[in-house]
Amino acid sequence: MAMTMTQKILAAHAGLDSVVAGQLIKAKLDMVLGNDITTPVAINEFKKHGFTEVFDKEKVSLVMDHFVPNKDIKAAQQTKQCRCFAGECGIKNYYDVGDMGIEHALLPEKGLVGPGDVIIGADSHTCTYGALGAFSTGVGSTDMAAGMATGEAWFKVPSAIKFVLTGELKDCCSGKDVILHIIGKIGVDGALYKSMEFTGEGMHTLSMDDRLCMANMAIEAGAKNGIFEVDDVTLNYYKERMTHPYTVYTADPDAEYDEVIEINLSDIEPTVACPHLPENTKNASELSSVKIDQCVIGSCTNGRISDMAAAAKILKGKHVAPGVRCIIIPATQKIYMECVKLGYIETFINAGCVVSTPTCGPCLGGYMGILAENEVAVATTNRNFIGRMGHVTSKIYLASPETAATSAIKGYICDPRNI
Amino acid sequence: MIAHGTVHKYGDNIDTDVIIPARYLNTANHAELASHCMEDIDKEFVSKVKKGDIMVGGANFGCGSSREHAPIAIKEAGISVVIAETFARIFYRNAINIGLAILECPEASKKIDTGDDVEVDFDTGVIVNHTKNETYKGQPFPPFIQEIIAKGGLLNSIAKKL
Repeated sequence: MAMTMTQKILAAHAGLDSVVAGQLIKAKLDMVLGNDITTPVAINEFKKHGFTEVFDKEKVSLVMDHFVPNKDIKAAQQTKQCRCFAGECGIKNYYDVGDMGIEHALLPEKGLVGPGDVIIGADSHTCTYGALGAFSTGVGSTDMAAGMATGEAWFKVPSAIKFVLTGELKDCCSGKDVILHIIGKIGVDGALYKSMEFTGEGMHTLSMDDRLCMANMAIEAGAKNGIFEVDDVTLNYYKERMTHPYTVYTADPDAEYDEVIEINLSDIEPTVACPHLPENTKNASELSSVKIDQCVIGSCTNGRISDMAAAAKILKGKHVAPGVRCIIIPATQKIYMECVKLGYIETFINAGCVVSTPTCGPCLGGYMGILAENEVAVATTNRNFIGRMGHVTSKIYLASPETAATSAIKGYICDPRNI
Repeated sequence: MIAHGTVHKYGDNIDTDVIIPARYLNTANHAELASHCMEDIDKEFVSKVKKGDIMVGGANFGCGSSREHAPIAIKEAGISVVIAETFARIFYRNAINIGLAILECPEASKKIDTGDDVEVDFDTGVIVNHTKNETYKGQPFPPFIQEIIAKGGLLNSIAKKL
């Protein structure tokens, strides 16, 4: 039976020759991930059921990123609980203030996830690692607890939508514009329960940062996972960082797909998702009447070095518009340091921006940039749901770093080509 | 198993940020989470809801974050079952894993209104709307998932095997 790339990875990890869409399987896990919000719930469940040891001390990653450095006493208690648990269980990959980063930027950077792996994470954006050719999906805390205890998880084998990428992106566009365009086209439940498999000649022109951004937002189309075919870009990225051997899985030529969608990258325009769903997309050029109060550049979607470079290029020698607050958050300590060395931090501060240490912070309305009543933000984050970044009447427009930085300078949403 | 209660109905794409806003995720305390359930779209929900009541949503219910705090808040608030046209997949998994009953039924999702008196049979998937004198057929869980629920959730089922 011909299989998709996702199905091949799942079959191999379930010890089966083949699997079909809809089949329920139990698969071995290469990594189980949690953060400072989801891990405490998992620890409570883990202990309540009498478990004392994790299945593999090197295959559990705990990343303190949502509310650290801790925003309040309750958050500090939760982080402390994770820290103690990591110590008790001897968990190798525990990352706290000083060496943490936003989990989905950190794990690929550290080489902890790679091609052919099966990964679950108690965070919906765990689908990010599909950029490396892994099967990676978000789960809840109970699944995380079960994964930590047994090294296994149950899955319903997904069917897939194949996205054939052709052409090449315009200068002002990036992976963010592509994935927003796709979500606008298929809707927030357009890939519900399915894999989004990315392939085609155009794929090879996309950088790893572009792919990580695109796979990251597969969940915003309802997908179980997003996955890119493995090519030289993947192998070069992984070789510099690898911590374990990898296996490359490719889809069978006659694999069945629910749908095949061709995306010509050359046609993609700077794209913005309007409130309150990621599917409400428009071209940035149509939104110049939208005045903004805040700009956020960062998150697991767009806090990587190429995102910082794109923002710095636009902000260099300019200043954010009066009345606009611009918050920039490099996603990991390493990216932060690179921003220092490359002079980006100086550029940002001279432009009137603030630069934060790595945190999810404002993306989920945690802290570090909460919106007041009726305020409007342009953000490179991943969700623009009601109340996501603050007050229930506030509004979020999702965009690329290029569009967000340009909008910060102008004071309204602006196509980056009009700077 | 049978659930019987009054309906609280919401629309499509009810996301986990409105079910339980992230500003309350600095605790894992079930009662505290339940006290803020749905507050960003329905401030009255917490004061109106009675034990055993039923929640009905449209398509893609529970989309967004993987926070298990969302089904926990709904369950702890007293809701006995959530009926929707479709569920977002992480919410679907989480609900099963923590023992919150859910049922996919497009017809029920469309026809049931807030305030209706509704009865649900999980074994058969049959939903009876006593207010409107209508019956709808939902999809019961596959045996694999029924087994997890019967054993009292995912971790109970694993702990018993080891």
